[in-house]
Amino acid sequence: MTPRILGAVAARVLNQLRHDHRTLGMLLVLPMLLMTLLWWMFEDSGPIFDRFGPALLALFPFIIMFLVTSVTTLRERSSGTLERLLAMPTGKVDFLGGYAVAFGMVAAVQSVLAVALCVWVLDLDLAGPAWMLTVVAVVDAMLGTALGLFVSAFARTEFQAVQFMPALVIPQILLCGLFVPREQLPRVLEWVSDVLPLSYAVDAMSSVAASTSDAFAGVEPEVWTDLLIIGAFVVGSLVLGAATLRRRTA
Amino acid sequence: MPERHSEDVNRQPVVEVRNLVVDRGSTRAVDDVSFSVPTGTVMGLLGPSGCGKSSLMRAVVGVQIVAGGSVTVLGQPAGSAPLRDRIGYVTQAPSVYDDLTVSENLTFFGRVLGVGPDEVDRCIEAVDLTRHRDKVVNNLSGGERSRASLAVALLGEPELLVLDEPTVGLDPVLRRDLWALFHRLAAGGAAVFVSSHVMDEAERCDRLLLMREGRILADEAPSELLTRTGAGAIEDAFLRLVEGEGVR
Repeated sequence: MTPRILGAVAARVLNQLRHDHRTLGMLLVLPMLLMTLLWWMFEDSGPIFDRFGPALLALFPFIIMFLVTSVTTLRERSSGTLERLLAMPTGKVDFLGGYAVAFGMVAAVQSVLAVALCVWVLDLDLAGPAWMLTVVAVVDAMLGTALGLFVSAFARTEFQAVQFMPALVIPQILLCGLFVPREQLPRVLEWVSDVLPLSYAVDAMSSVAASTSDAFAGVEPEVWTDLLIIGAFVVGSLVLGAATLRRRTA
Repeated sequence: MPERHSEDVNRQPVVEVRNLVVDRGSTRAVDDVSFSVPTGTVMGLLGPSGCGKSSLMRAVVGVQIVAGGSVTVLGQPAGSAPLRDRIGYVTQAPSVYDDLTVSENLTFFGRVLGVGPDEVDRCIEAVDLTRHRDKVVNNLSGGERSRASLAVALLGEPELLVLDEPTVGLDPVLRRDLWALFHRLAAGGAAVFVSSHVMDEAERCDRLLLMREGRILADEAPSELLTRTGAGAIEDAFLRLVEGEGVR
C-alpha cells in the first residue's frame, strides 16, 4: 500500500464528482427529500416515523454507494484506466481504499445532512446520540462501496451492473427487519437474514434510536457489535473485490 | 524518410521477446514470436488490424496472460513490480478519465507515479495540448483525447514507451510532429515501440516488425526490407512477403 497513491485515487474520485453537479446534488439532496416524504406519510399516524426513520437512514447510504461504485468501477474497467493504473505502481489496496475513502467522505456529508434534518426539523425521537447514526451510516456506505466494487467484476455493461441492485440489495431490504421483525420471519429466512450485512446495519440504527439504561456514553453495546460485524463484511467484500482486480487479463 | 539512421549493432536490448505465444479465446493471437527492441530506437509494429499487435504489446507491458514463451523488459520479467514506473503505455482506447480536464488527468497519474507539476506541464506541452489543458476530456476531439492519453504515458520519462496506434485519426501535421517527438525520445535513450496499421508510417521507424496472423513476417530496417524484397513501398513489400509465404 502506498498512501500517496491511495490519496491520489480518493482525491480524483472526489474531483470527478465535483465535475458532475447532478450526481453530487442527487447524492446529497435525495436522502433528505425521501426522509421528508416518509415523515409526511406518517404525519397523522403516531410514532411510526420514529420506527422507520432510523432504518431508512441505514438503507440510503448503502443503496446509493452500491450503485455509484458498481457503475464507476465498471467504467474504470471498460475504459482501460484500471489497466493503466495497474500497469503503474498502483496497488490493489490503493485503488480500493481510494474509492472507499472518497465515498466514505461523501456518505459522511450525506448522512450528516439527513440526520440533521431528521433530528432537528422532522423531530425524529432519538434516545441515543445523533452522531452515532452518522457513524453507522458511514460504515453502511463503506459496505455499499465494497459490495459495489465486488459485483462490478461480474458485469460487462452498466445495464448489467444496475441489475445487481435488485439481485443483491432488494432481498436484503426485505429481510432486514424493516417489514417484518426478523425473529418473526420463517425460520429459514431468519437464518438467511442473520448472514446478510444489511440486517446488522438496520439493527444498529434501531438500537441507537431506542437506547436504554446500559448504554455506554449513550450508545448501546449491541451497536458496537453490529458495527464490528458490518466492518467484517466490508473487509470481506474488499478482499473479494481485490481478488477480481487482475493485473494480467486474457 | 527516416529522420535518423539506426545503429543498433551492440546495444543492450530494452525488450527481449522469446517464443511468445498468446491465446485469445480459441484463437492464437500471437504465434511463437521472437524479437528484441534495442535502446534508442523507434521500433514499428505494423500489420492489419486483428493480426495480434495489441496482444503482443500488452504482453510486453505485462498485462496480458500469455500461453508460452518469455518477455524480458530492462532485464526483468515483463509486468514485474520494479518495471511499473519505467514503462509508458498507451492503449488503443484513450485511457483517461472523460469527466476530468486534461491537466486534472495528468496531475492524477503524475501523483500515482510520484512526479511533480513541472513534469505534468512538460508532458502536456509535448503533445501540444497546452491550449486545451483546462478542457474536460469529454469535450475534446478523438485526436486530442488520444494525445491526452499519450501525455500520461510520457510522465516520468519512461525508459520504454509502448504505444498502440497512437497516431490513428490525427491530422498529417500532428502525425509528423508526434513521430518527431518519438525520435527525440529515442535519441534521449528511450526505446519506443509503436504500432500502426497504416503502412506508410513504416518508413518513419528505425526498425520494423511486420506482423500478419500472429506471426512476424519481417524484422529489419525499412530500407533493408525494401532492398531485400525489391519492392518500392512497404505495402508492396508486405504483399510480396505474404505471397512468397503462400508459395512455400
